Amino acid sequence: MTGFVRMESGGAIDRTQRLRFVFDGAPYESFAGDTIASALLANNVRIVGRSFKYHRPRGIYTAGAEEPNAILDLRHGARHDPNARATLEPLADGLELRSIHAKGTAARDRLAFLDRFARFIPAAFYYKTFMWPNWAAYEHRIRSLAGLGRLDPTARATSAAHVHAEVDVCVVGSGPSGLAAALAAARLGKRVMLVDERPELGGSLLHREAMIDGEQGAAWAGHVARTLRDCNVAILRRSTAVGLYDHNVLAVVQKGALSSANGERIWLVRAGQVVVATGAIERPLLFANNDRPGVMLADAALAYLRRYAVRLGERIVVATSNDSAYEAALALRGAGSDVHLVDSRPETDIDPALAASARAAGIELLAASRIDSVVGHRSVEAVILGNGKRISAELVAHSGGWTPSLHLYCHAKGKPQWDSTAGSYRPGNKVPGIDVVGAAAGLWDLDAMLQQATAIAGGQQGEAPRCNDKVKQWTAPSIVPSSGKRVWVDLQNDVTVADIELAVRENFSAVEHLKRYTTIGMGTDQGKTSNVNALAILAVSTSQEIAKFGTTTFRPPYVPVSMATVAGAERGQLQWPIRRLPAENTHRQEHAYFRDYGGVLRPAWYGARADAIAEECVAARNDAVVFDASSLGKIEIVGPAAAALLDFVYYTPMASLAVGRARYGLTLSEAGIVADDGVVLRLGPSHFVVSCSSSHVAGMVMQLEAWRQDRFDLARVFIHDATAHWATIAISGPGSKPIVAGLGLGIALDDATFPHMSVAEGSFGGRPARIARVSFTGERSYEISVPAAVGAQLWQSVRDAGASPLGIEALGVLRAEKGYIYVGQDTDGETMPHDLGVAGPRSKRQDAYVGDRSLFTPAASKANRKKLVGILAEGKTPVPTGAHAIEIVAGRKRGVGYVTSSYSSQRLGHPIALGLIEGGLDRGSEPIDLEHLGHSFKGRIVSPCFFDPKGARLNA
Amino acid sequence: MQQVPCPWCGKRAEVEFRYAGDAGVKRPERMADDKTWAQYLHARKNAKGPAKELWIHTAGCGRWFVLSRDTLTHEVTGSEPMA
Repeated sequence: MTGFVRMESGGAIDRTQRLRFVFDGAPYESFAGDTIASALLANNVRIVGRSFKYHRPRGIYTAGAEEPNAILDLRHGARHDPNARATLEPLADGLELRSIHAKGTAARDRLAFLDRFARFIPAAFYYKTFMWPNWAAYEHRIRSLAGLGRLDPTARATSAAHVHAEVDVCVVGSGPSGLAAALAAARLGKRVMLVDERPELGGSLLHREAMIDGEQGAAWAGHVARTLRDCNVAILRRSTAVGLYDHNVLAVVQKGALSSANGERIWLVRAGQVVVATGAIERPLLFANNDRPGVMLADAALAYLRRYAVRLGERIVVATSNDSAYEAALALRGAGSDVHLVDSRPETDIDPALAASARAAGIELLAASRIDSVVGHRSVEAVILGNGKRISAELVAHSGGWTPSLHLYCHAKGKPQWDSTAGSYRPGNKVPGIDVVGAAAGLWDLDAMLQQATAIAGGQQGEAPRCNDKVKQWTAPSIVPSSGKRVWVDLQNDVTVADIELAVRENFSAVEHLKRYTTIGMGTDQGKTSNVNALAILAVSTSQEIAKFGTTTFRPPYVPVSMATVAGAERGQLQWPIRRLPAENTHRQEHAYFRDYGGVLRPAWYGARADAIAEECVAARNDAVVFDASSLGKIEIVGPAAAALLDFVYYTPMASLAVGRARYGLTLSEAGIVADDGVVLRLGPSHFVVSCSSSHVAGMVMQLEAWRQDRFDLARVFIHDATAHWATIAISGPGSKPIVAGLGLGIALDDATFPHMSVAEGSFGGRPARIARVSFTGERSYEISVPAAVGAQLWQSVRDAGASPLGIEALGVLRAEKGYIYVGQDTDGETMPHDLGVAGPRSKRQDAYVGDRSLFTPAASKANRKKLVGILAEGKTPVPTGAHAIEIVAGRKRGVGYVTSSYSSQRLGHPIALGLIEGGLDRGSEPIDLEHLGHSFKGRIVSPCFFDPKGARLNA
Repeated sequence: MQQVPCPWCGKRAEVEFRYAGDAGVKRPERMADDKTWAQYLHARKNAKGPAKELWIHTAGCGRWFVLSRDTLTHEVTGSEPMA
């Protein structure tokens, strides 16, 4: 036997371009135009991988996306694809390929012995066996045996482009139906996109004979492709429509794109009409050892012969249950092989003309026959028929009928219906905007397909391409499981007929249960060749109709898509951009240590000293410090209704705020929970600025807009988020006033005209400046906002005047000494304003404000609500933040609250903490027990303001 | 990805919008009883089928509007400004 060889002529390969590649360490040569699969076959490579569970040798089985076996690890330059499908991947010079699953090589797999234990490891064996002591004890070893491809952690990350497109018609699949539909739509002047997973258009016409409009099918396809190009149809080759989503959006993964390092690109195509012309996938026949290398689907054998000119051995058995394999048998015979055609139908059911043409070609046609089993281990040697007859063979090409590819239709909530005459599913309900045509719709007659596709795309009846070839209905088989033998149903997951029968005996006979119990239909091929056979076996085993079972759910993607491609450019900073301060570079020169605070990159402290934070605290209390507060919200509220809007949104009344003054306020959610705090400045009768927490700006704008649009005249109040327009530099400390005076801001600074909690507008270096006397440190403070572009200049002027820099961490200590809260840290999802001691508006306000009614529910008035308190811990070290306060009630521990902030205070000389504790200060000053991760502490509840309770220092 | 018709900007991709809950929820008066207020805060229809929803064109005009949408089929039948 000569094995599989490349023929001297024929095929769509370029014999002038030789390409070299490596498979499992051995070098090979082939031609441009090959796929990896055809190149391996032409080199007579039979074993391309090992099976998932039993490590049986496996060969190339199909010529398309449905391939279960020929999944290879591919490396090419910077590209690494651990699960490349050899049947669709074009060969390229320098490809390095490795089989997956195998320990060693596919041909010599050190785990091949596992197959001898097959009878001890049937479906669900893991669930039943590895129970003691628990699954986790075995998981690691079992997972190391299982596999598919492995990611290389050192591989360079790539980013695929995402392209958005909008068309009138998107046709998926460029077989005869797809081409006819695209042609009809293009002739009507529509914007058309045509998508196909292969480099060439034509689908089955590339290897099946057909005469359309008087031309050979392949020639007609080339002709139509040129016409489409001339009509500006967007043609995406090597592009797989992997998912059909809401409102007709197709996700198409394009390979071989130059714009990204892994050669992939995602198109998101919104189409007025999606024409699903995805064809059908051949269904295997079932016989023992039907997984041996050299057993392949008949249509694939035809494709390798006609498109890639690979002669698949001298002796071939073609087994079929339908007419479609006759073309393969005739072609293989025509290439000089000795062909036996084993047809399961009785002679009387076979078209006499078809039978005669086979016999005339010298094919031995055996009617009413079927293959019982395959002989051979590493390759096919012979087949044994049902009647015991032995026929020697190198290749078994088989066809058990066809399964329409309805994946995209199902993604769009289409419900396929079982057609018992055709023996296949076909589209059921009509999904708006989606039309299924051709073989995908269960049509097998080429002329009828062309007519249907043309009509669906809006073409006139006379316009449809015509085909006079008569194609008989391809009938599906009745399944005859050979009990007691090893008959594979799902090659990728190593599931046999016996496994399905076992699952049924154990009552896992619903289709979704069967899938999960046996793993049938999982993996990278998602059961494209196995699902219908599995249903048929289920039906036979339970003596029910296939139609009763339904299908498992088809979910995107149709073929695997790498996560790098899905992510595209959305990774790291591009996925979640960090916000930056206008004066960031200046802070870097000051040796700031940066951290991410709620999405803003801010200086945590300055310099590399171990006690930087403590030193910064001391400077703030004794001298003057400067702090970059640029990320604080600056939301402008403008218009005659501005005061009313703020009054409604804020818990603290704002309409009564005088022009030129500032007021600290809380906002609530409608549930009465504290949402944010901040300062509102009134610049004019109709002009306010809301200064909220840095990380709450977007939420605050949303909240203000929501109520503005719900309750106010939109022409009378406007909201504008100007946060990024302004840099805000805060100067704080007893020495701050002379520094501010030296800046020449053009405003009066004496405490009578410009007291604490007031705002004034001046200028800095000829640019506008807004100066507010508000304090988050408890010291005299000035917050100066200037246009972002001069923020660094202002910072420098203040530094030159003698203020030292203050980072966020020190500010956190200073504000805690004063009992000032961080909303979200010192409050939780139950905290109401009166829990923070801000009860005035609750008792006084009669008008409506957000959250008002929620403050008067029984829960809001309970005495044991968690309230803000200060906690003085015993000892010198701070209690951990998050430590729980514990009470012993009837011998059992009960949590009564927890520590929300905790620091060492340089100024006070002891640790301080804030917390939310049931009852708050009403608990009195008896010691409280605190616990954290097994450690116990003692503390005492005090007022949350530890320092300068009278606020004298604000004017110091 | 759904296509949402903004009453001001026309049909745009879903990613430009934010969903903001059931439309037609009325804020009770300040002195409503506990039950009425709790209904307003928490009780939603969670319709399976045709629904009136509030959407915000966050990455566009910023306007809130009422979208008529089937929560089962995701079919959008229209949109109108907030009443």
